[in-house]
Amino acid sequence: MNLKAAKGDLDSKIFDTINIILLVVFTIIIVVPLWNVVVSSFSSGRALAEGGFIFWPKELSLENYQAVFRDTGIWQAFFISVAKTVIGVITHVFFCAMVGYGLSKKYVRGRKFYVAMGVITMFFSGGMIPTYLLIKSLGLLNTFWVYIIPALLSFYDVIILMNFFRNVPDSLEESAKIDGGGDWRVFLSIFIPLSMPAMATIALFNGVGQWNDFMTTKLYITDQSLYPLQMMLYEIIVQSQTQSMQNIGSVAIQTTTKGVQLATIVVTTLPIVVMYPILQRYFISGMMLGAVKE
Amino acid sequence: MGKTVLVQPTGTGPVQSTGKKPRGQRIKEFFIDFRRQWELQSMILPGIIFMFIFCYIPIYGLSIAFKNYTVIDTLDSAPWVGLDNFKIIISDKYFWDSVVNTLGISFLKLAVGFVIPIILAIMIYEVSIGRFKKFVQTISYLPHFLSWIVLGGMLITWFSTSGLLNEVLLGLGLISQPQNILLDPSKYWWIATLSDIWKEAGWGTILYLAVMSKIDPTYYEAAKIDGASRLRQIWNITLPNMKMIISLNLILTVSGLLGSNLDQTLVLMNSQNREKAEVINSYVYRMGMTQGDFSYATAVGLGVSIISVILLVTANKVTSKLNDNQSVL
Repeated sequence: MNLKAAKGDLDSKIFDTINIILLVVFTIIIVVPLWNVVVSSFSSGRALAEGGFIFWPKELSLENYQAVFRDTGIWQAFFISVAKTVIGVITHVFFCAMVGYGLSKKYVRGRKFYVAMGVITMFFSGGMIPTYLLIKSLGLLNTFWVYIIPALLSFYDVIILMNFFRNVPDSLEESAKIDGGGDWRVFLSIFIPLSMPAMATIALFNGVGQWNDFMTTKLYITDQSLYPLQMMLYEIIVQSQTQSMQNIGSVAIQTTTKGVQLATIVVTTLPIVVMYPILQRYFISGMMLGAVKE
Repeated sequence: MGKTVLVQPTGTGPVQSTGKKPRGQRIKEFFIDFRRQWELQSMILPGIIFMFIFCYIPIYGLSIAFKNYTVIDTLDSAPWVGLDNFKIIISDKYFWDSVVNTLGISFLKLAVGFVIPIILAIMIYEVSIGRFKKFVQTISYLPHFLSWIVLGGMLITWFSTSGLLNEVLLGLGLISQPQNILLDPSKYWWIATLSDIWKEAGWGTILYLAVMSKIDPTYYEAAKIDGASRLRQIWNITLPNMKMIISLNLILTVSGLLGSNLDQTLVLMNSQNREKAEVINSYVYRMGMTQGDFSYATAVGLGVSIISVILLVTANKVTSKLNDNQSVL
């Protein structure tokens, strides 16, 4: 019996060791490429042209970043990215919370119809071209608001917030109503502060989506002054692809483009990495919220 | 809030309705209630108007798939052409090429990419050192938050002739001449699949880990006393408990076989690998947005979504048979 238990322990130890080794390999596969991009972006153009595996900045230099920031385009793009993310998130969360609060009251007249209408939008959509034609006829093409207005509402987020509001004890609402507050006041002064965790989760996911979104720009924006970082990066990538394919330009120009591309990648991703620890705290609870459907 | 609200100073509660009443009176009550609830209604109605404009008008706009819409037409003035656009699809070689590519990439993603998050989740679950577990999770979720544009930029750098991949392969002596595999159409399906796995495998573990955390630990204790090895515990306890969530994911994956990642395609596709990279989504984009053939592009999109719905229903039926007739959806 003791022998058997000892053998089991040994097997278990072997299992653990192999498991941990494999997981370490897995994390290396994720981290090394990312690390390579970061250190390459801090290497000089000459070092990049030489190639070779870069694990530590070769000829440490900021020339790539200087090249990126000298181009005033990136400041404009950064500003657009920040503006569309901040304004987009605030308006999206508020709009979804407002609709979700209204629908969280079971006695609201027409509620069944409203919810049915919303659920249908979760499964059916007109697709790319009809949506484009709508945006065009609304006059939203080449305006900043195309980033904000069509993204105001997601019925999925409405349902999450609706369920959250429903779990708030009735007594809070009742006491506010005794004091003579209407539904708007109850919503703004009681439910919004109480629902910060749920709203923060939605805000973070929506924020990452806004920051990373490039299809909206590709579809609806041709005015370069409205390009966010992602679109700018896309243009740089396409340009460098064409150069390397057709061998246009000298090696020097090609490596400059490569350096600029690497530095732009880092600048574009930095806000996500900075927000990541906060993000991580919320997304697991977010997945749980999402799993509790109506 | 199913209960009657005790205090209603602002009169938001329902008029108590008992039993059946004549139609006229019910409608009247509806409007009385509606007016008393104006504050709540004023919160909901903007959302309803929004959905009407941004979801239902485009759904109505699908009708251009049956029309011959040109830039000078409005939605209603364009002439009806019945199923003509759909007939063209059948003989459109480029469309079928894009279907083959979409299915090829989707099946690779399904064959390779579906099990990896399951295995990874089990491996993470089996780690008993809390710190290490957290570390692995933190690292593995990170790529999910990078955009495809960023990842595409990285891939192009790594695959370039002076990039990471060529350096490693040259160093190992596997190739003698550096080559850019993004320009080689025959490799594109694998690039699309593996880069997708690299990005999403870690994130895919979250739901599995959540389900596993609900498994009763006494099962494992009992198995340990019976002398079951760790692998055996995984096979006989962990996996059976994940049956539902795995089937659910499988259904969703199968119904998405005709879907593809437009961001990924647009950033990785170039004039050299187009024949293998063009997927249905990017074909719709090209026909509609680049060539301006709105009606045809819409018809392609609509046809594909109808087939996707059929796939979803079929997949649900098949898996519910396998799951002892319990429907997952």
